[in-house]
Amino acid sequence: MYLTALQQGLLFSLLALGVYISFRILNIPDLTVEGSFVLGMTTAVMTSGKVSPLLCLLIAFLSGSLAGLFTGFLQVKVKIHPILAGILTGTGLYSVNLFILKGIPNVTIFQNVTVFKIFSKWFSSMPVMYSRTLLLVIFCIITVIITAVFFKTRLGLSIRAVGDNESMVKSSSINSGFVKCLALALSNGLVGLSGGIVSQFNAYADIYYGSGMVVVGLASVIIGEALFGKRSVTIGLISSAVGCVVYYMIIGIAYNFDMPSYSIKLISALIVIIALALPTIKISLSDFKIKREARKNANLK
Amino acid sequence: MLTLNNISKTFFKNTVNEKKAIDNISLHLDRGEFVSILGTNGAGKSTLFNAISGSFLTDSGNIYLDGKNITGLCEHRTAKIIGRMFQDPLKGTAPNMTIEENLSLAYSKTSKFSLSAGVKRKDRIYFKEILSTLGLGLEDRLKTKVGLLSGGQRQALTLLMATIVTPKLLLLDEHTAALDPATAKKVLKITNDIIYKDNITTFMITHNIANALSMGTRTIMMDEGKIVLDIKGEERNNMTAEGLLKLYSQKNNKQLDNDRILFSVVK
Repeated sequence: MYLTALQQGLLFSLLALGVYISFRILNIPDLTVEGSFVLGMTTAVMTSGKVSPLLCLLIAFLSGSLAGLFTGFLQVKVKIHPILAGILTGTGLYSVNLFILKGIPNVTIFQNVTVFKIFSKWFSSMPVMYSRTLLLVIFCIITVIITAVFFKTRLGLSIRAVGDNESMVKSSSINSGFVKCLALALSNGLVGLSGGIVSQFNAYADIYYGSGMVVVGLASVIIGEALFGKRSVTIGLISSAVGCVVYYMIIGIAYNFDMPSYSIKLISALIVIIALALPTIKISLSDFKIKREARKNANLK
Repeated sequence: MLTLNNISKTFFKNTVNEKKAIDNISLHLDRGEFVSILGTNGAGKSTLFNAISGSFLTDSGNIYLDGKNITGLCEHRTAKIIGRMFQDPLKGTAPNMTIEENLSLAYSKTSKFSLSAGVKRKDRIYFKEILSTLGLGLEDRLKTKVGLLSGGQRQALTLLMATIVTPKLLLLDEHTAALDPATAKKVLKITNDIIYKDNITTFMITHNIANALSMGTRTIMMDEGKIVLDIKGEERNNMTAEGLLKLYSQKNNKQLDNDRILFSVVK
């Protein structure tokens, strides 16, 4: 059970990184994710068998970033509200995805070569289960390192500044609209890449796979913050990836209690709500204590 | 250095709320001139700054900076040659980023986007050096998040960021108004030091008449989108705060008289 949870967590950790970029660094809850995740899946599946599986993943990344770029365009140039822009792109992508899958909602690629098959062949001494997990770990670590380094560059700094204080960015002669688009492209690129890896791992693409993905991403980011605290971006990225694994552990435990499989969405939503509510509850509890003390003192007088 | 040619800006045109914020202003600033602007709220001072820095398009007129026509250039482009500071200390810095990260964003102003390291070792030494000139002890706190600094410290840092790449024009929009008197004095002194060191052409909005006269080389007074007073040199040196107030009310009364005359003509 723990291995499955670990695998699931690692698979979606890239999605969590993408959500961290838009939700925490850019300060925009981006709902493009549901569409761009499936877009990564569909493009990776439809190109698989034709080009090398690694190239399929690159295509998944690029198509995801294109979706992000479009959302960015809607936000910056057409000036549509960020949440609505994401919903619009996500909705449109549903048709695009079906179009890519040629109208079939579920396409399998069991016979095709995937990165996982290649990797298991290299490490044939290892049980397939473990080699697949090892590859996921490698993917996850490489992506975290690359993104963490990217956010140390000037461009990365500009992205962080746009999320932090947009008016300051403008007076530093940075084109904030351009930076925003770029950040959304990167964020959704990672989401698309995650979709691509998931499709190769499961050897199929499903048009309905994306629903609830935003919540998975948000839950990972928030659980990560609960574990590591809000500190630097590097730690934030690592904590989001770890948070994703923890999230699937929690889901796995919930399954052990004989829950029906369709309760998973409710559980995920509840996890996010509880995690988001904790800080507020903490504050009102301490406020309550202070008030009670004050009342006591008033009575003494 | 800076030349404004008949610029006008009207907000909410053709509605009952129509407001002429800038009314056909022409102005020339020489290189290295330090001009302070006085005026009541709504006189058009900040609008003038917004027009120069390209926050919005003016209805008419041209703006030249250092011989270059900058009319209609968007904000992030003019920011390359214009440094700007606001009244609100929160506006000029990114709170969740460290001091060195903030400085490096401002420092990379003129260079192109790049994937090179955000804060280089060489930069760090330079940042320490210029931070030490502030005398606020910030040079030892490069890794501190800016959100943890006080308003005065943040404003001093913003000033440094606005001038780290010497701008052709520095716009200061009441940058000490939100600070306590002692801190305001300190920030103003730092402002003066930086401006004179680099001989920066500066425009400073202030509500403090004493400051307007003691700092800089020229004082302008605005009212209803027009420049009503422009003094420099000998005349300015002999001017006192009381004298300026008197002159201001005189000018205002005169305008009022003009309005009355206008109305009577209409009747």
